[in-house]
Amino acid sequence: MSSQTLHPSAGVALERTVVKNWKGPIALSIFAALSVLLFGVFARPGTSHFRLSTSTDFVQLPQLDVPTTLTGWILAIVTVLLAAWSVWIVSQSRRVPLWLTIGFAIVFMAGFLTWVAADALIPIPGLLIGAVSLSVPLIFGAMSGVISERSGVINIAIEGQLLFGAFASAVVASMTGSPWAGLVAAMVAGTLVSFALAAFAIKYIVDQIIVGVVLNVLVSGLTGFLYSKVLTENPGFLNTPPRFDRIDIPILGQIPIIGPVLFDQTIIVYFMYIVVAGVAYALFRTRWGLRTRSVGEHPQAADTVGIKVNLRRFWNVSLAGAIAGFGGAYFTLGSVGSFTKDMTAGAGFIALAAVIFGRWDPIRAMLAGLLFGFATNLQSVLGIIGSPVPSQFMLMLPYVVTIFAVAGLVGQSRPPANDGKPYIKS
Amino acid sequence: MSANEPVDSQLPTIAQESPNREPGQDGTEVDPGRSRWSVAIREILNGSAMISVLAVILAIVIGGILIAVTDDTVQETAGYFFSRPGDMFSAIWNSVSGAYISLFQGSIYNFRRPGFANGIRPLMDTLTFATPLIVAGLGVALGFRAGLFNIGGRGQMLFGASAAGWVAFSFSGLPFPIHLIVAIVAGVAAGAVWGGIAGLLKATTGANEVITTIMLNYVAYYFVYWMLSTQGLLQLPGSNNPKSPAMLPSAVLPPMFGVQYSLHWGFIVAIAVTIFVWWLLNRSRLGFEFKAVGFNPNAARVAGINVPRMMTYVMLFSGALVGLAGVFQVLGTVTTGFSSGIDAGIGFDAITVALLGRSRPWGVFAAAILFGAFKAGGFAMQASQGIPVDIVLVVQSVIVLLIAAPPLVRAVFRLPKPNLLAPVKSAKSQGKKAVVTK
Repeated sequence: MSSQTLHPSAGVALERTVVKNWKGPIALSIFAALSVLLFGVFARPGTSHFRLSTSTDFVQLPQLDVPTTLTGWILAIVTVLLAAWSVWIVSQSRRVPLWLTIGFAIVFMAGFLTWVAADALIPIPGLLIGAVSLSVPLIFGAMSGVISERSGVINIAIEGQLLFGAFASAVVASMTGSPWAGLVAAMVAGTLVSFALAAFAIKYIVDQIIVGVVLNVLVSGLTGFLYSKVLTENPGFLNTPPRFDRIDIPILGQIPIIGPVLFDQTIIVYFMYIVVAGVAYALFRTRWGLRTRSVGEHPQAADTVGIKVNLRRFWNVSLAGAIAGFGGAYFTLGSVGSFTKDMTAGAGFIALAAVIFGRWDPIRAMLAGLLFGFATNLQSVLGIIGSPVPSQFMLMLPYVVTIFAVAGLVGQSRPPANDGKPYIKS
Repeated sequence: MSANEPVDSQLPTIAQESPNREPGQDGTEVDPGRSRWSVAIREILNGSAMISVLAVILAIVIGGILIAVTDDTVQETAGYFFSRPGDMFSAIWNSVSGAYISLFQGSIYNFRRPGFANGIRPLMDTLTFATPLIVAGLGVALGFRAGLFNIGGRGQMLFGASAAGWVAFSFSGLPFPIHLIVAIVAGVAAGAVWGGIAGLLKATTGANEVITTIMLNYVAYYFVYWMLSTQGLLQLPGSNNPKSPAMLPSAVLPPMFGVQYSLHWGFIVAIAVTIFVWWLLNRSRLGFEFKAVGFNPNAARVAGINVPRMMTYVMLFSGALVGLAGVFQVLGTVTTGFSSGIDAGIGFDAITVALLGRSRPWGVFAAAILFGAFKAGGFAMQASQGIPVDIVLVVQSVIVLLIAAPPLVRAVFRLPKPNLLAPVKSAKSQGKKAVVTK
């Protein structure tokens, strides 16, 4: 683990230690080779059509029609150039910047879409709108994970927090007829799951992974039981929550592509922007954030300067639960409309993966969440236009890419130093 | 990392001592005149077996409350509770006792059926449900002992089941025991490969196994689904459904007590595997190295253990065991052909089983049988009483939570704190640890 970083503290060896991490360039080169092979050598004849505007846009962009083979070759060559650039950067013993990786991913995805869309039409705004809405619960879950783990408590119970939030918001919103009451209920429900997590993990010093896994099972069982026994008997009263309407922000909502994707969404999505920005700011720019990170990294030091470690952990975990519960409400009040058994379907685990993929950083975790949402939506869009590869391989793609990314680009992601370790004051 | 090591290595010792050491009552002044009986009673009350029993009781009570609260008759009688409270109590009693009696009759012995041979059938169902849980739980537990969290049970089971199933329905020339053995070996190998990928990635690139195993679950699911819906691979010839042909009789695990019971020889294999894992962890050099990596990877590396290689091996073993659970599913439980739901959530149940069994082989074995009983009984309860099978999940998870937190159980039942025994106990456990670490 520590073999990569050498500390020149001895005073004698003053030469700069050169750490060249070739994993990134290797991964990019593999994808570049793949793109040459797929988009260039095995190119499909025809013309690819992309619709760029929706009917309500400010400026109507014309439909983009490009020749599939030529565009494929151009984009493949761009990926090769970007990969070569990353090789050059690493050979100069510098790190591959994040924007290069993101740019590479965008070019690769453009090439892929061109290849798939031979003689077919892909609605780009629709693809992106769906991606954002699918990633909303993932991003809320990831923010929950980031806050909790930054303060030193592993949060595997994200799945349970999302599910309980979805359940509570559906029931309360149906009973009261107000989606706002549902939102509050979802936050309370997520906080309740967090209380259990925090109580067992901090007070009773139970292994945090155990508590998280078991709480997921508990919430799944509890909501499943109540759903089959209570909700299905009286669905009109208990399980028909009113949904939030989309709010079209004037002017911003009419910008082509970005407008309908980002500024014509439900209120929950707008809250998501605030939450992500707030967590990113608060974690690194405020006293709360400094203290939160300190109890996650070095609780003894934090305790020495007078921070109440366990109390802070407890309230941070509770806050994390409230945020995840909020994300759970999106399932019932934002997208689906009524609660069904196990409706989160593993979103909490994907959110957990986004936390680790994003290296416990709110912005990166959000990007990871968006990636998962995009990939999930991509396959459903491609399922409609009909893709040349079996749909199962399309469905598999995001997960394969994640494995490659985690192995190649992220490498050894390092959690907060005291993540998962209880603090016992001696 | 290296800067933190001294702190890290101190923390666990603090963590182990403190739960027994409540401020103010250090338990040092043991009264010599205290009778032997009271000490013995305290020992029983505070033993981990007692905590487990109390946790089960508490979980069953909580399940009973849920059943009673959601019962229609109870809700009706609660409406006129103050005029006739007896009605409500009898309604509560009827609903809860009915549920638990049907749980018992569905999982252990059914008195309503004529004769012992019929009455014992639920127990056989329990053991059948427990068989894949045992081996999958052992796989996850092995990972836990080495500090690795294998959430990839679903993918490993699907690959194990597919490989074993493919051998079992397509190798038509082989005679009975050889065909079965080849099928099992194929399934175990496929599970090991799928688990080993995560281990290899962790060892070579440091990729977090929690992410990779979750991702590999999805990859495996879609890959197996594709194979099941493609002619010439796993799909039943001439069919459109994503389902495989039936297993050939020469590759099916034969029933243990005749065809009227569902229990198959996989259960014996599971017992043998439990013994093997016990031997591996407690008597073999490899198991010692696994545990050393799990205790402290840095110390293990300093001691000359090749930590990356051990991580790969652990995931290979873990995947093989979970893959065997998939084999049991296709060759024992569902032999008429499988679909992509063949894992039946066992990969995730296995995590809870491993936790309840505290990652010890025989603990996992017992936990798996308990969970098998809940599974068998839960379905019977749903059929006869109309109580959703999800209540079983609630009871199971409450049991695991409570067993993990003995102070909570003690507080609920107002048991004395184990301070009196603390010095003796901690000395004992320290002595044990010293032997282990040598």
